[in-house]
Amino acid sequence: MECLSILVVDDEPGIRSGVKRILSGHIVSFPFMDDDYGFELSEASSGEEALEMIEANPPDILLLDNKLPGITGMEVLEIIQKSHPEILVAMITSYASMEVAARATEDGARDFIPKPFTPAELKASVDLITKQFFLKRITRTMKEEGKKIRYQFLSVLSHELKSPLNALEAYLGMMKDRELGPALDDYNQVLDRSLQRIEGMRSLIMDLLDFTKIRLERKEDKIERLDLEECAHLAISTIMPLAIQRNISINYEGKGDLFFEADPIDLDIMMNNLLSNAVKYNRDGGSVVLQVSNQEGKMEITVQDSGYGMNEREVSQLFQEFVRIKNKRTKGITGSGLGLSIVQKIAELYGGHIRVESEPDKGSIFRVILPVQ
Amino acid sequence: MSEIKKKILLADDDPDQIFQVSHYLKKWGYDVVAVESREEAERYLQSECPDLAILDLMMEEEDSGFILAYRIKQCKPQVPVIIATAVTAERGISFDISTPENKAWIKADHYLEKGFRMEELEIIIKGLLK
Repeated sequence: MECLSILVVDDEPGIRSGVKRILSGHIVSFPFMDDDYGFELSEASSGEEALEMIEANPPDILLLDNKLPGITGMEVLEIIQKSHPEILVAMITSYASMEVAARATEDGARDFIPKPFTPAELKASVDLITKQFFLKRITRTMKEEGKKIRYQFLSVLSHELKSPLNALEAYLGMMKDRELGPALDDYNQVLDRSLQRIEGMRSLIMDLLDFTKIRLERKEDKIERLDLEECAHLAISTIMPLAIQRNISINYEGKGDLFFEADPIDLDIMMNNLLSNAVKYNRDGGSVVLQVSNQEGKMEITVQDSGYGMNEREVSQLFQEFVRIKNKRTKGITGSGLGLSIVQKIAELYGGHIRVESEPDKGSIFRVILPVQ
Repeated sequence: MSEIKKKILLADDDPDQIFQVSHYLKKWGYDVVAVESREEAERYLQSECPDLAILDLMMEEEDSGFILAYRIKQCKPQVPVIIATAVTAERGISFDISTPENKAWIKADHYLEKGFRMEELEIIIKGLLK
């Protein structure tokens, strides 16, 4: 249980002790909150005393009477709106001063509690404010996380683009200074590697374009009724040249009604990415099976390979942007590290998800599951 | 050629980095042992001792370079270690090995952000081997 601090400001000792008695032991619990909230109370008998206490130790919630001997509750509210805008305030006012209540709400009070109040009324108000406290905190963390993720994405992206540039720059420098001698033939390796790095950069940029396309939402006007069997054959024919070079077989199996409403580009990107991984991370002479099936209102696209497989730790990192599984066997395989997170984003766009099962040295199975509307 | 060439261990899983750095190290008159993983480096260290090591940070594990640096310092504390990495750019983590608390656990003599100039590397190596 989490404890929120409440400061009660009222010049009547009876009210202060009453509030304390009602709220000590009161617990707020909403189904959407992970944790229950309890309360810890402190009290002040004047606005001046309250401000001092807030300065020393700002509470989460302030229950503030308007009619106080020195400065008024409204004045206290004005001051703390500037100095401690994060404190949630409920004004305690008499029915007669509805005007004060309205002004207080305008000035940032979250609620007002009419005097005299019953224990139930006080609790209801505190429940409401606690809910606001919870929501405020959630939005704040979400904003921070969003910022962090965006920052990470950009910093990792700039690294992914910079590192091939560093390599290319160094290679060109070597050529310019004739580091390997005067004969052009001596630079074959340098040229080959440079071309490979350029290729890597190109594929990163292509993936990045896919990625930005997905980031902007699904376009309803691009949705068509697609035959996934056709999509599957198209995707297989795209990857076939690479598979033939490494003597990897690709087979297709279809089950059930395979019509699905989607943007053809999305299906194309998903299948291409999954198949290209299945071939890239496979052994020479291995096999890939692409299966599309419609079962109980769910479209399942499954790609199974006889490749290197992954351990649990590797699987857990799989969908992070730019993460590529690094080990002895994946050395020399190029990629942007965006492919699978793109597949995941698209699946989510259609209300679906992706699952993976993998075993080192045996291979992996990737399943994209999409609900059929 | 009376002077014996100093031996440098270069561990990096990026073949371009190996190719480029090895070339310059040789040009500057060093013997180079290039390996592409922590495992290979550890195997080499079992029987041999380099005069200096340049280690990539993220190889098989995210902290392969730290592990290697630790191993080297454990049995050959006199061998200078340079950690060359792109971890700051790749993961957004930055650290400074000159602070006392980092010095206590990062067993490296120098930390180089990848994309460094070869001249910079040459000066650092010369300084460390003095």
